[in-house]
Amino acid sequence: MSTYSIGIDLGTTNSAVSYFKLADAQARGGAQTMLGIPQITAVGAVGEKLLLPSFLYLPNAQEFPAGGLALPWNPTGQGAVAGEFARSHGSKVPMRLVSSAKSWLCHAGVDRLGAILPWQAPEEVQRISPLEASARYLAHLRAAWDHQFPAEALAEQDVVLTVPASFDAAARELTLKAAQQAGLPKVTLIEEPQAAFYAWIEQMGEGFRKHVKPGDVVLVVDVGGGTTDFSLIAVTAKEGDVALTRVAVGDHILLGGDNMDLALAHAVNQRLAAAGKKLDAWQFNALTFACRQAKESLFADAALKHHPLVVPGRGSSLVGGTIKAELSREELTRILTDGFFPKAAVTDAPQSARRTGLTQMALPYAQDAGVTRHLAAFLTRQARAMATAHDAPVAVTGQTFVHPTAVLFNGGAFKAAPLKERVLAVLNTWLAADGGQPVTELAGAELDLAVARGAAYYGWVRHGHGLRIRGGTARAYYVGIETAMPAVPGLEPPVKALCVAPFGMEEGTQADVPPQEFGLVVGEPTRFRFFASSVRRDDRVGTMLEEAAGNDELEEAAPIETTLPVQGGNEGKLVPVNLQAAVTEIGTLELRCLEKGGPGSWKLELNVRMKE
Amino acid sequence: MEKPIQSETSFWGRLRTAWAGFHRALANPDFCRQVAELLRPAPAPAQAKPVEPPPEKRHASGLGVLSLLQREGRLIDFLQEDMAAFSDAEIGAAARVVHAGCRKMLADCCTLEPVLKDAEGAAIKVPAGFDAQRIRLTGNVAGSPPFSGTLKHHGWLAVAVRLPAVSDAMDARVLAPAEVEL
Repeated sequence: MSTYSIGIDLGTTNSAVSYFKLADAQARGGAQTMLGIPQITAVGAVGEKLLLPSFLYLPNAQEFPAGGLALPWNPTGQGAVAGEFARSHGSKVPMRLVSSAKSWLCHAGVDRLGAILPWQAPEEVQRISPLEASARYLAHLRAAWDHQFPAEALAEQDVVLTVPASFDAAARELTLKAAQQAGLPKVTLIEEPQAAFYAWIEQMGEGFRKHVKPGDVVLVVDVGGGTTDFSLIAVTAKEGDVALTRVAVGDHILLGGDNMDLALAHAVNQRLAAAGKKLDAWQFNALTFACRQAKESLFADAALKHHPLVVPGRGSSLVGGTIKAELSREELTRILTDGFFPKAAVTDAPQSARRTGLTQMALPYAQDAGVTRHLAAFLTRQARAMATAHDAPVAVTGQTFVHPTAVLFNGGAFKAAPLKERVLAVLNTWLAADGGQPVTELAGAELDLAVARGAAYYGWVRHGHGLRIRGGTARAYYVGIETAMPAVPGLEPPVKALCVAPFGMEEGTQADVPPQEFGLVVGEPTRFRFFASSVRRDDRVGTMLEEAAGNDELEEAAPIETTLPVQGGNEGKLVPVNLQAAVTEIGTLELRCLEKGGPGSWKLELNVRMKE
Repeated sequence: MEKPIQSETSFWGRLRTAWAGFHRALANPDFCRQVAELLRPAPAPAQAKPVEPPPEKRHASGLGVLSLLQREGRLIDFLQEDMAAFSDAEIGAAARVVHAGCRKMLADCCTLEPVLKDAEGAAIKVPAGFDAQRIRLTGNVAGSPPFSGTLKHHGWLAVAVRLPAVSDAMDARVLAPAEVEL
């Protein structure tokens, strides 16, 4: 029996852990408990912080003195280092630094189980897979917990792990595998924007009902260190109380707060370079850090016109080696506020990645830095989808985009009030032009820690307390079926998409069995192409879509595959099967083959090796 | 040779030795002196003089703080540099690095509060039984409390301490390692 519900925010750049005693009858309110995470802060020094930077450093055998990387639970200090020292030292030795493992985990263009990180590291470095890196962070968090709560091992507790709402089925599956690899078998997943909303509810206590009422649509804008995530949560009336339903999630956008600091640093660096001052990689890092501080000061005090930037030299001569620069308000507004949150029209579409003939190998960063343009695309796309859906959870009649009534911000980027104001102003401009009412901000969220806290709260809610956000899967899923046609050289046979899991499948449910039948050869791997759609809300199981490849409502995911086990010399036999999908209690999608007219049932694995 | 009937440490063995000793001590002063020597309580074994750890071990935590101030705020670089050749503007720029870094280090390591919450310059009373560690009296210190005075400096108190744990295995004298780029 678990004593605690533990929320783990496994972030792209920082991870955090919050915990909630399950026996407590009351929510924690504002005093939401966080775990202090011991980590190496310098060679020979262990400090405790609320955030574990999600960086892993793979040291050279002779690099550090013996015992210099020892942790309370790892007295010899063998193996890779996670946390603050990994980040700070790794910035000077990038070839040994693993970063953004989470973004690689959802990148279908690479072998996510292959030892590929640090990306393009030389032979000598023992590289690891994105899955392994995530598992190492979780293992560190687990050890930190077990060290402080030896009687309540983390593996025995209800662990809730957060994933971006935009994570597809394969990335969720991999996150779960990473947890298992880290020795955490009992893990539930929750989407980060939902977790942020739960944290806000907990913070507000019962008073949250004063801020939201039936008919409201809450837009969660979550700009993390490395990703931007949107979700829409509808508030409806149900049996005299309010009910919360997550009605839509956005696409995966690799664009976050770190990009913003980098953008400022690049701009300043260009000016310095023009003046003949060249920064090395370490100084550039220091400049990025200085830009972040300058940004925070300028955003905090509207009267400041500019903020000095100082980049210390690496040598011991501090005064002599220091390079001076300045960040002006004009620059900050131009690069950050206007660059990342432009006053876009709701009809503006984000520039999309130009497709090249080659497989894109590095991380697929967002091509368009305009968060507001991504937001416009998300809201208009969802309005189109809901306009045609038969029981749209949000009324969109006569609207060109979904009208949110309230906005909840999450992520450290929004510590800057002017950025929140800009998002609200842009939304209000769109709303005014489209005949809507202005939005309100749901204030009071703890931007850095909300996701972990909300996840811990969700674990408690799962035990029958408080209000649960419903919603089910935010996508419908399809398998590709090649249509039979005579071979024509140079022409691929068209692929149809068969819906196997509808939009909005709840946890712990399974879908009907579609009538289409497949023949699987025993002992031979069979692959299916796999598609998802975040906008086709009405497709039922068995719906067949023509021309899956050219359909811009479908997104192709990594393929799925299975091999029917050989039993009693049936190798090579053709077995007729149907496909069935289920959403597990813990929030992952499972696909299985059911033997037609027989008892056989085989799980289809989401292939995470590489999308072809 | 006398055949031992009992082992020498058995009751009868001991009685026999005691009996013989009694008589011999009575008869033989030399023997008696030897026995008296044996009976004197053994002097406590000479106390091994504790080996005083070297200063860098005794003050490892202090050196650790210096190392932190250097790592986070380049304080040692700053203090060791000759300021004579630089302009105030140059020193000012470097001071920002030191200030920002050391300030962060301070905030990470402890939570600071003033000892007295009153505004500096305010008239305050120092009660009888005041904490002489927390309050330092200056000026016309005479008589006995309660005293009336003016708060000149509100003092600082670390109400929470979060210094990193430093491994014993490390040489605390290394405040900052040399960096060699390969």
